[in-house]
Amino acid sequence: MTMLLIVLLPFLAIGPVWFAARFSRNASFYVAATTTGLGLGLLASLVPEVMAGNVFVDSWPWIERIGLNIAFRMDGLAMLFCILILGIGLMVVIYAKFYLTEDDPIGPFYAMLMTFMGAMLGVVTSENLLLLAMFWELTSISSFLLIGYWRHLPAARQGARLALMITGSGGLFLLAGVLLLQEITGSLELSVVLASGPQILDHDLYWAALICVLMGAFTKSAQFPFHFWLPNAMTAPTPVSAYLHSATMVKAGVFLLARLHPAMSGSPEWFFLVTGAGLTTLAFAAYVALFKHDLKGLLAYSTISHLGIITACLGMSTKWATIAAVFHIMNHAAFKASLFMSAGIVDHECGTRDARLLSGLRHSMPITFGLATLGALAMGGAPFFNGFLSKEMFFKEAYTLSQAHPYWPDAEYWAWIFPVVATVGGLFSVAYSVRFIHDVFFGPEAHDLPKHPHDPPFGMWLPVAILVAVCVVVGVVPMYTAESFLYATASPVTGYDMPEALHLHWWHGLVPELYMTLVAIAAGIGVYTQWKKIAAIGDKLPTIVGKDFFESFIEMLIEGARALDRLVDNQSLQRYMAYTISFATLAGFMAYIEEGWQSGTGVQTPASLVSLVPVILLIAGAFMTDFFQRKRLVSLIFMSVVGLIVSLMFIYFSAPDLGLTQISVEVVTVLLLLLALFVLPQWNPVESGWLRRSRDILVAASAGIGVGALAWGVMTRQQQTIADYYLAESLPKGGGTNVVNVILVDFRGFDTMGEVSVLALASVGIIVMLTGKKPLYPNQVMPFPEERFPLMLTSVTRVLVPTALLVAFYIFMRGHNLPGGGFIAGLVAVVALAMQFVASGLDWTKGRFKLDLVRLSAIGVLLAVGTGLAAFVWGRPFLTSGMLHLHPPGIGEVHIASAMAFDTGVFLVVVGSLVLIIRRLSRYQQTMEVQDKAGGNE
Amino acid sequence: MISFELLVSVTIAVLVAMGVYLVLRARTFPVVLGLSLISYAVNLFLFSMGRLEVGSPPILQDGVEVYTDPLPQALVLTAIVIGFGMTAFSIILAVKAYVELGSDHVDGEEP
Repeated sequence: MTMLLIVLLPFLAIGPVWFAARFSRNASFYVAATTTGLGLGLLASLVPEVMAGNVFVDSWPWIERIGLNIAFRMDGLAMLFCILILGIGLMVVIYAKFYLTEDDPIGPFYAMLMTFMGAMLGVVTSENLLLLAMFWELTSISSFLLIGYWRHLPAARQGARLALMITGSGGLFLLAGVLLLQEITGSLELSVVLASGPQILDHDLYWAALICVLMGAFTKSAQFPFHFWLPNAMTAPTPVSAYLHSATMVKAGVFLLARLHPAMSGSPEWFFLVTGAGLTTLAFAAYVALFKHDLKGLLAYSTISHLGIITACLGMSTKWATIAAVFHIMNHAAFKASLFMSAGIVDHECGTRDARLLSGLRHSMPITFGLATLGALAMGGAPFFNGFLSKEMFFKEAYTLSQAHPYWPDAEYWAWIFPVVATVGGLFSVAYSVRFIHDVFFGPEAHDLPKHPHDPPFGMWLPVAILVAVCVVVGVVPMYTAESFLYATASPVTGYDMPEALHLHWWHGLVPELYMTLVAIAAGIGVYTQWKKIAAIGDKLPTIVGKDFFESFIEMLIEGARALDRLVDNQSLQRYMAYTISFATLAGFMAYIEEGWQSGTGVQTPASLVSLVPVILLIAGAFMTDFFQRKRLVSLIFMSVVGLIVSLMFIYFSAPDLGLTQISVEVVTVLLLLLALFVLPQWNPVESGWLRRSRDILVAASAGIGVGALAWGVMTRQQQTIADYYLAESLPKGGGTNVVNVILVDFRGFDTMGEVSVLALASVGIIVMLTGKKPLYPNQVMPFPEERFPLMLTSVTRVLVPTALLVAFYIFMRGHNLPGGGFIAGLVAVVALAMQFVASGLDWTKGRFKLDLVRLSAIGVLLAVGTGLAAFVWGRPFLTSGMLHLHPPGIGEVHIASAMAFDTGVFLVVVGSLVLIIRRLSRYQQTMEVQDKAGGNE
Repeated sequence: MISFELLVSVTIAVLVAMGVYLVLRARTFPVVLGLSLISYAVNLFLFSMGRLEVGSPPILQDGVEVYTDPLPQALVLTAIVIGFGMTAFSIILAVKAYVELGSDHVDGEEP
């Protein structure tokens, strides 16, 4: 529980910290500092137990199906990192309060910092690897936000993007690696994974898992060749650089290596990959650091180099090398964070951090000078400082490797590469440490700085002082301060395979590592005195700037994607359609090929020769629709033939409701399309060549054959109906004998309600489209015929319309028991009214039919919903229907089901929407006609 | 022997093929017609999932035991209405696009 609280606390503080900033900067600061302090306090309650060698694991199930649990693990390694995150976090929170100016919004800053803190705590305490990967990505995101904190600076935005791209994609590799580990061990829990070391090493997937995990670690810890994002991340405010990009986040990579060390190390692959990356990074970055003029740039490359040391140690993977790695993690965090803050102070007080401009600051900034010098001594690995101790251990292991190594027994003199590279790295490390101090604080006092330098306020140097004190105390008396702590923290990394006892001393006698240190210090100072000459030589060498390389790579990717895009996409909808349909057809045929298409063996219904007639008519109609597609009116008429025969087919195959619906829909559709043709052109120009047409014919034919074959395959097989329930319960429960209608308004009333809503919505959409901008191309509109409405039609409709409406009413009333119902009745009424429009004109009809159609369909929808809700009154679920059987004299038995009210709603919606659409469309082209005339007059 | 199953399958195949061809045309009006043809085909297809029965509509009567499957019918009835809504919407969209853009090409501009 405590662990969960430690991780959750920073996340809980995000809101308050941000909110408090509305009142004052101090309030926000106090909330952030209190949260961090509270976390430290909670952590302290666990420390004694962990020091005693206990491991806590707490687990709550989350998504068990994929093995994701909210599980935390507190052991020595996790504790070390928690102390770093919270301890240095507290320093940074204090420091940032003084560092940020009044113009920098402090609320978002602390909120992001808290997010990062929580994410980082999550990474180091996760017991579940998937959870770890999740927190891992969260650290990348919060790092992105913090690097880009000064979002008005282009460099900050670029740096943030670069960092996110590199560490984010590394995170994806990590995710893949984690899943591979799950594949190998069958679990995502660290307890299981850490215990299955041999199983992992023997597995065929070990290579893949290792590469993925290493990609995650190397990108995060800025190991060569993924190092270049880190220097570019130095555009972040200095507290961020000190916290994320030296002490904690970049350590997540080495944390991962350390965490999985017991499970994945012990193979030649691990040794060569990890040690190789570490040593390359160490020497290369130390060399580059010397020539950086920007203090933060220098420190950034120094950080990369020191991460290289840690990586190399973990790669060597001997007992003592592993201990050295853990030791160097804490030492580096202490001295590098202090140095970053010192650089920040210099930047803050002088207005620049360019080593070429700065000089002689020891006079104006004595406190900063003292603290920075002590930090730099630790960084350079001078005796009596913590950096010296871990570096000595590293040198010793590197030397041991030159003598013999299990994975490289026949190396001979090549094995000397380990101590030599280590010493070269150490040498440059000394050189840049000296440069950092000498260039900035010694020499003649600079007078042309942007600001007048002086020591910062107490709150700004206090965190530095605390960290430097740690460096010195650990360096001088390691046996009292660090021994047992290191023992507890390194145990999990070595897999609890520790030496009998740790003895940390800064004097081991005249041993090889001492000579290596001496050589490094002497040569390092020598190199520093000559660094400008060396830089001149370095400038002549061709340089590969990682950032440029990466950016051109991204550029190439984008270009490639664009080229591919241009290849398939020419902005033509026709082409999209052809591709989409082709792929859908292809996918269907794939199934045929894979499973084999077979005709069924069910009983077929024999058809008489006469039945061929309508089918042939239909096929001919369909063909003609396509054949005459250039003459739109003709094409439309042929299509209506198809619709008519489809209705007949429904009626013939025992679906009278469908037949009635289809035929009335048909009438309305054709009417609408005709009205549209008044506006749209009458002809299609010839546009596609024979190639395009043949392609389309091929696509169309295969789609048709595919669907037809599917229909045939299904129909010739025996059916398993699921409708018995409806047939059996239609009368007792739904109170109607027309099962289709009862299903629509009762059993599946909810679907129907959705459907009428869709219809109402479609009509609303249509109204919206037909209002607003009026046609601008009236010359393309077909003129209305001048002659009046035909007398015959007008006279006949006068009688016909009331009759038709009566029929609609009849169909509506009988719908529950015989073919009919709200839909069909509505459509019939619409057809009747439409006929009136055609015969007598819009205005005549409107004068006699004064209904607000929008309101009508709205009432319809409400009625349908209301009927459903009424069921609640009787304590029944939504849309439960009720029934009433009445016996009025003279008429016989009358059923009144509540479904009838529902059906009325459907009826109203259908009538309201459709009449509205027809009327608006007619009016639309009428307005055009008016415009046409107006245009002609001018 | 000619069976209804065969006839309906052929009908569906022809309707889909004709509909797809129209949908691939360059002007909006034939595309709407093509959609309608495809709707017919789809409705028939769904309907035929309940198999083809002659003379046994799902209207309960005393003494009649065999009824055709009412469920696909209910689904298709909904589909017809929704299909109509779609056709209406798309034809108005075509009209509006033509009026706004001055072209009834599916890409919104004359090639």
